Amino acid sequence: MPELTYDALNVGDDLPTLTSDPISRHTLALYCGASGDHNPIHVDLDYAKTAGLDDVIAHGVLSMGYLARLLTNWVPQRQIRSYKTRFTAITNVGDTVTCTGKVAEKFEAEGEKRVRLELFAETPQAQTLIAEAVVAVN
Amino acid sequence: MLNKTLIGHVLDPVELPVEEGRLKFLAKALGQTDPVYSDLDAARAAGYPHLPAPPTFPFMLEVDALDLVDFMALVGQDLKKLLHGEQSFAYHHPICAGDRITTVKTITDIFDKKNGMLEFLVSENTFTNQAGILCAATRTNYVFRNA
Repeated sequence: MPELTYDALNVGDDLPTLTSDPISRHTLALYCGASGDHNPIHVDLDYAKTAGLDDVIAHGVLSMGYLARLLTNWVPQRQIRSYKTRFTAITNVGDTVTCTGKVAEKFEAEGEKRVRLELFAETPQAQTLIAEAVVAVN
Repeated sequence: MLNKTLIGHVLDPVELPVEEGRLKFLAKALGQTDPVYSDLDAARAAGYPHLPAPPTFPFMLEVDALDLVDFMALVGQDLKKLLHGEQSFAYHHPICAGDRITTVKTITDIFDKKNGMLEFLVSENTFTNQAGILCAATRTNYVFRNA
Protein backbone atom coordinates (compact mmCIF):
# COMPACT_ATOMS: atom_id res chain seq x y z
CA MET A 1 0.00 0.00 0.00
CA PRO A 2 1.55 3.37 -0.96
CA GLU A 3 2.12 5.69 1.98
CA LEU A 4 -0.61 8.32 2.27
CA THR A 5 0.26 11.65 3.78
CA TYR A 6 -2.07 14.35 5.02
CA ASP A 7 -0.17 17.06 3.16
CA ALA A 8 -0.33 15.20 -0.16
CA LEU A 9 -4.10 14.64 0.05
CA ASN A 10 -6.49 17.16 -1.45
CA VAL A 11 -10.20 17.66 -1.02
CA GLY A 12 -11.82 15.97 -4.00
CA ASP A 13 -9.23 13.19 -4.32
CA ASP A 14 -10.86 9.90 -5.25
CA LEU A 15 -10.26 6.66 -3.39
CA PRO A 16 -9.68 3.56 -5.53
CA THR A 17 -13.07 2.12 -6.53
CA LEU A 18 -14.05 -1.37 -5.40
CA THR A 19 -16.66 -3.50 -7.13
CA SER A 20 -18.04 -6.63 -5.52
CA ASP A 21 -18.77 -9.88 -7.27
CA PRO A 22 -22.48 -10.27 -8.13
CA ILE A 23 -24.38 -11.06 -4.91
CA SER A 24 -25.67 -14.62 -5.20
CA ARG A 25 -27.94 -16.55 -2.85
CA HIS A 26 -24.78 -18.34 -1.78
CA THR A 27 -23.19 -14.96 -0.89
CA LEU A 28 -26.22 -14.19 1.29
CA ALA A 29 -26.17 -17.62 2.94
CA LEU A 30 -22.49 -17.26 3.82
CA TYR A 31 -23.03 -13.75 5.14
CA CYS A 32 -26.10 -14.83 7.14
CA GLY A 33 -24.03 -17.46 8.91
CA ALA A 34 -20.84 -15.46 9.36
CA SER A 35 -22.45 -12.17 10.38
CA GLY A 36 -25.03 -13.66 12.73
CA ASP A 37 -27.80 -11.66 11.05
CA HIS A 38 -30.27 -14.51 10.68
CA ASN A 39 -33.27 -12.45 9.60
CA PRO A 40 -34.90 -14.89 7.14
CA ILE A 41 -35.82 -12.07 4.76
CA HIS A 42 -32.23 -12.32 3.43
CA VAL A 43 -32.13 -16.05 2.71
CA ASP A 44 -35.60 -17.61 2.73
CA LEU A 45 -37.61 -16.87 -0.44
CA ASP A 46 -40.83 -18.28 1.02
CA TYR A 47 -40.52 -15.97 4.02
CA ALA A 48 -39.64 -12.96 1.84
CA LYS A 49 -42.84 -13.51 -0.16
CA THR A 50 -44.92 -13.50 3.02
CA ALA A 51 -43.34 -10.10 3.76
CA GLY A 52 -44.62 -8.81 0.42
CA LEU A 53 -41.33 -9.04 -1.48
CA ASP A 54 -40.71 -10.76 -4.81
CA ASP A 55 -37.37 -12.15 -3.66
CA VAL A 56 -34.93 -12.12 -0.79
CA ILE A 57 -32.95 -8.88 -0.35
CA ALA A 58 -29.30 -8.45 0.56
CA HIS A 59 -28.22 -7.37 4.03
CA GLY A 60 -27.51 -3.62 4.03
CA VAL A 61 -24.53 -4.21 6.29
CA LEU A 62 -23.06 -6.61 3.70
CA SER A 63 -22.71 -3.64 1.34
CA MET A 64 -21.40 -1.60 4.27
CA GLY A 65 -18.79 -4.35 4.67
CA TYR A 66 -17.78 -4.04 1.02
CA LEU A 67 -17.51 -0.28 1.43
CA ALA A 68 -15.37 -0.89 4.53
CA ARG A 69 -13.03 -2.97 2.36
CA LEU A 70 -12.53 0.10 0.18
CA LEU A 71 -11.59 1.96 3.38
CA THR A 72 -9.19 -0.66 4.74
CA ASN A 73 -7.60 -1.04 1.31
CA TRP A 74 -6.81 2.67 1.58
CA VAL A 75 -5.68 3.01 5.22
CA PRO A 76 -4.96 0.50 7.98
CA GLN A 77 -8.15 -0.13 9.95
CA ARG A 78 -6.71 1.28 13.18
CA GLN A 79 -6.72 4.75 11.53
CA ILE A 80 -10.52 4.71 11.08
CA ARG A 81 -12.17 6.85 13.75
CA SER A 82 -15.80 6.63 12.66
CA TYR A 83 -17.92 5.21 9.86
CA LYS A 84 -21.61 5.71 9.25
CA THR A 85 -24.16 5.18 6.53
CA ARG A 86 -27.72 5.68 5.46
CA PHE A 87 -29.25 2.78 3.57
CA THR A 88 -31.10 4.45 0.69
CA ALA A 89 -32.23 1.54 -1.50
CA ILE A 90 -32.53 -2.23 -1.44
CA THR A 91 -29.83 -4.45 -2.95
CA ASN A 92 -31.15 -7.43 -4.89
CA VAL A 93 -29.83 -10.88 -5.72
CA GLY A 94 -27.53 -10.66 -8.75
CA ASP A 95 -26.47 -7.07 -8.10
CA THR A 96 -22.87 -6.00 -8.11
CA VAL A 97 -22.05 -3.33 -5.53
CA THR A 98 -19.74 -0.55 -6.68
CA CYS A 99 -18.07 1.34 -3.86
CA THR A 100 -16.57 4.79 -4.33
CA GLY A 101 -15.21 7.51 -2.10
CA LYS A 102 -13.51 10.86 -2.07
CA VAL A 103 -11.82 13.20 0.35
CA ALA A 104 -14.40 15.74 1.51
CA GLU A 105 -12.55 17.63 4.24
CA LYS A 106 -9.15 17.91 5.90
CA PHE A 107 -9.10 18.95 9.55
CA GLU A 108 -7.40 18.48 12.89
CA ALA A 109 -9.14 17.12 15.98
CA GLU A 110 -7.99 15.56 19.25
CA GLY A 111 -4.38 16.31 18.28
CA GLU A 112 -4.63 14.35 15.02
CA LYS A 113 -4.70 15.18 11.34
CA ARG A 114 -7.86 13.67 9.93
CA VAL A 115 -9.81 13.52 6.71
CA ARG A 116 -13.53 13.12 6.27
CA LEU A 117 -14.44 10.86 3.39
CA GLU A 118 -17.70 10.83 1.46
CA LEU A 119 -18.47 7.25 0.50
CA PHE A 120 -21.09 5.69 -1.72
CA ALA A 121 -22.29 2.26 -2.76
CA GLU A 122 -24.46 1.65 -5.77
CA THR A 123 -25.98 -1.23 -7.66
CA PRO A 124 -26.80 -1.09 -11.37
CA GLN A 125 -30.28 0.17 -10.36
CA ALA A 126 -29.73 2.59 -7.51
CA GLN A 127 -27.50 4.34 -5.02
CA THR A 128 -27.76 2.07 -1.99
CA LEU A 129 -25.51 3.60 0.67
CA ILE A 130 -24.63 7.23 1.37
CA ALA A 131 -21.82 6.99 3.87
CA GLU A 132 -19.09 8.91 5.58
CA ALA A 133 -15.92 8.03 7.45
CA VAL A 134 -13.32 9.93 9.41
CA VAL A 135 -9.78 8.57 9.27
CA ALA A 136 -6.52 9.75 10.81
CA VAL A 137 -3.72 10.39 8.32
CA ASN A 138 -0.25 11.53 9.35
CA MET B 1 -47.09 0.48 16.93
CA LEU B 2 -43.79 0.94 18.67
CA ASN B 3 -44.03 1.33 22.42
CA LYS B 4 -42.69 4.84 23.06
CA THR B 5 -42.40 4.24 26.79
CA LEU B 6 -39.26 2.25 25.89
CA ILE B 7 -37.25 5.41 25.16
CA GLY B 8 -34.36 5.25 27.62
CA HIS B 9 -34.78 1.50 28.18
CA VAL B 10 -31.44 -0.27 28.72
CA LEU B 11 -31.23 -3.95 27.78
CA ASP B 12 -29.24 -6.34 29.95
CA PRO B 13 -25.48 -6.49 29.16
CA VAL B 14 -24.43 -9.46 27.03
CA GLU B 15 -20.86 -10.83 26.99
CA LEU B 16 -19.75 -12.42 23.72
CA PRO B 17 -16.53 -14.21 22.69
CA VAL B 18 -14.76 -13.06 19.51
CA GLU B 19 -13.72 -16.29 17.83
CA GLU B 20 -10.88 -16.72 15.34
CA GLY B 21 -12.89 -19.13 13.16
CA ARG B 22 -15.80 -16.70 12.99
CA LEU B 23 -13.53 -13.87 11.83
CA LYS B 24 -12.02 -16.09 9.11
CA PHE B 25 -15.52 -17.12 7.99
CA LEU B 26 -16.52 -13.47 7.92
CA ALA B 27 -13.50 -12.52 5.80
CA LYS B 28 -14.61 -15.18 3.30
CA ALA B 29 -18.22 -13.97 3.36
CA LEU B 30 -17.11 -10.38 2.72
CA GLY B 31 -14.72 -11.32 -0.09
CA GLN B 32 -11.91 -9.92 2.05
CA THR B 33 -8.57 -11.11 0.64
CA ASP B 34 -6.29 -8.88 2.77
CA PRO B 35 -4.38 -11.50 4.84
CA VAL B 36 -4.48 -9.25 7.92
CA TYR B 37 -8.07 -10.50 8.41
CA SER B 38 -7.42 -14.23 8.04
CA ASP B 39 -3.71 -14.96 8.65
CA LEU B 40 -2.40 -14.65 12.19
CA ASP B 41 1.17 -13.86 11.07
CA ALA B 42 -0.06 -11.03 8.82
CA ALA B 43 -2.24 -9.69 11.64
CA ARG B 44 0.69 -9.70 14.07
CA ALA B 45 2.94 -8.05 11.47
CA ALA B 46 0.30 -5.31 11.28
CA GLY B 47 0.53 -4.82 15.05
CA TYR B 48 -2.54 -6.74 16.21
CA PRO B 49 -2.34 -9.37 18.98
CA HIS B 50 -4.66 -11.64 16.95
CA LEU B 51 -6.93 -11.41 13.90
CA PRO B 52 -8.68 -8.02 13.95
CA ALA B 53 -12.44 -7.80 13.60
CA PRO B 54 -13.48 -5.77 10.54
CA PRO B 55 -15.13 -2.32 10.80
CA THR B 56 -18.72 -3.60 10.65
CA PHE B 57 -18.14 -6.31 13.29
CA PRO B 58 -19.60 -4.40 16.26
CA PHE B 59 -22.98 -4.50 14.50
CA MET B 60 -22.67 -8.28 14.31
CA LEU B 61 -22.08 -8.47 18.05
CA GLU B 62 -25.07 -6.17 18.47
CA VAL B 63 -27.16 -8.65 16.48
CA ASP B 64 -25.68 -11.64 18.35
CA ALA B 65 -26.71 -10.07 21.64
CA LEU B 66 -30.31 -9.77 20.53
CA ASP B 67 -32.94 -12.36 19.76
CA LEU B 68 -34.72 -10.48 16.96
CA VAL B 69 -38.04 -12.19 17.65
CA ASP B 70 -37.87 -11.31 21.34
CA PHE B 71 -36.74 -7.77 20.50
CA MET B 72 -39.69 -7.29 18.14
CA ALA B 73 -42.01 -8.52 20.90
CA LEU B 74 -40.42 -6.05 23.34
CA VAL B 75 -40.79 -3.04 21.05
CA GLY B 76 -44.20 -4.06 19.69
CA GLN B 77 -43.39 -4.47 16.02
CA ASP B 78 -43.28 -7.09 13.27
CA LEU B 79 -39.96 -8.39 11.92
CA LYS B 80 -41.45 -8.50 8.42
CA LYS B 81 -41.81 -4.71 8.43
CA LEU B 82 -38.21 -4.08 9.50
CA LEU B 83 -35.67 -2.24 7.38
CA HIS B 84 -32.24 -1.01 8.38
CA GLY B 85 -32.27 2.77 8.05
CA GLU B 86 -28.91 3.99 9.28
CA GLN B 87 -25.84 2.54 10.96
CA SER B 88 -22.94 4.34 12.57
CA PHE B 89 -19.75 3.22 14.29
CA ALA B 90 -17.26 5.05 16.48
CA TYR B 91 -13.95 3.25 16.96
CA HIS B 92 -11.78 3.59 20.05
CA HIS B 93 -9.71 0.40 20.36
CA PRO B 94 -9.26 -2.70 18.15
CA ILE B 95 -11.46 -5.75 18.70
CA CYS B 96 -9.51 -8.94 18.05
CA ALA B 97 -10.00 -12.69 18.15
CA GLY B 98 -9.75 -13.91 21.72
CA ASP B 99 -11.46 -10.84 23.14
CA ARG B 100 -14.60 -11.09 25.24
CA ILE B 101 -16.80 -8.13 24.43
CA THR B 102 -19.63 -6.91 26.62
CA THR B 103 -22.32 -4.96 24.78
CA VAL B 104 -25.13 -2.90 26.23
CA LYS B 105 -28.02 -1.57 24.14
CA THR B 106 -29.99 1.53 25.05
CA ILE B 107 -33.13 2.53 23.16
CA THR B 108 -32.57 6.25 22.64
CA ASP B 109 -35.45 7.40 20.44
CA ILE B 110 -38.75 6.29 18.92
CA PHE B 111 -40.65 8.45 16.44
CA ASP B 112 -42.81 8.20 13.35
CA LYS B 113 -43.30 9.97 10.03
CA LYS B 114 -46.05 10.14 7.43
CA ASN B 115 -48.86 9.80 10.00
CA GLY B 116 -47.38 6.62 11.40
CA MET B 117 -46.78 4.92 8.05
CA LEU B 118 -43.09 4.83 8.92
CA GLU B 119 -41.88 4.21 12.47
CA PHE B 120 -38.29 4.63 13.63
CA LEU B 121 -36.43 3.16 16.59
CA VAL B 122 -32.93 4.37 17.39
CA SER B 123 -30.60 2.49 19.71
CA GLU B 124 -27.03 2.92 20.87
CA ASN B 125 -24.67 0.11 21.86
CA THR B 126 -21.33 0.20 23.65
CA PHE B 127 -18.70 -2.53 23.23
CA THR B 128 -16.24 -3.01 26.10
CA ASN B 129 -13.50 -5.63 26.17
CA GLN B 130 -12.34 -7.97 28.95
CA ALA B 131 -9.89 -5.30 30.20
CA GLY B 132 -12.71 -2.78 30.58
CA ILE B 133 -11.58 -0.77 27.53
CA LEU B 134 -14.35 0.81 25.46
CA CYS B 135 -13.60 -0.49 21.95
CA ALA B 136 -16.50 0.86 19.92
CA ALA B 137 -19.95 2.37 20.00
CA THR B 138 -22.76 2.06 17.47
CA ARG B 139 -25.98 3.85 16.68
CA THR B 140 -28.60 1.86 14.81
CA ASN B 141 -31.73 3.25 13.19
CA TYR B 142 -34.45 0.64 12.62
CA VAL B 143 -37.30 1.53 10.24
CA PHE B 144 -40.71 -0.18 10.23
CA ARG B 145 -42.94 0.13 7.15
CA ASN B 146 -46.55 0.04 8.31
CA ALA B 147 -47.90 0.49 4.76
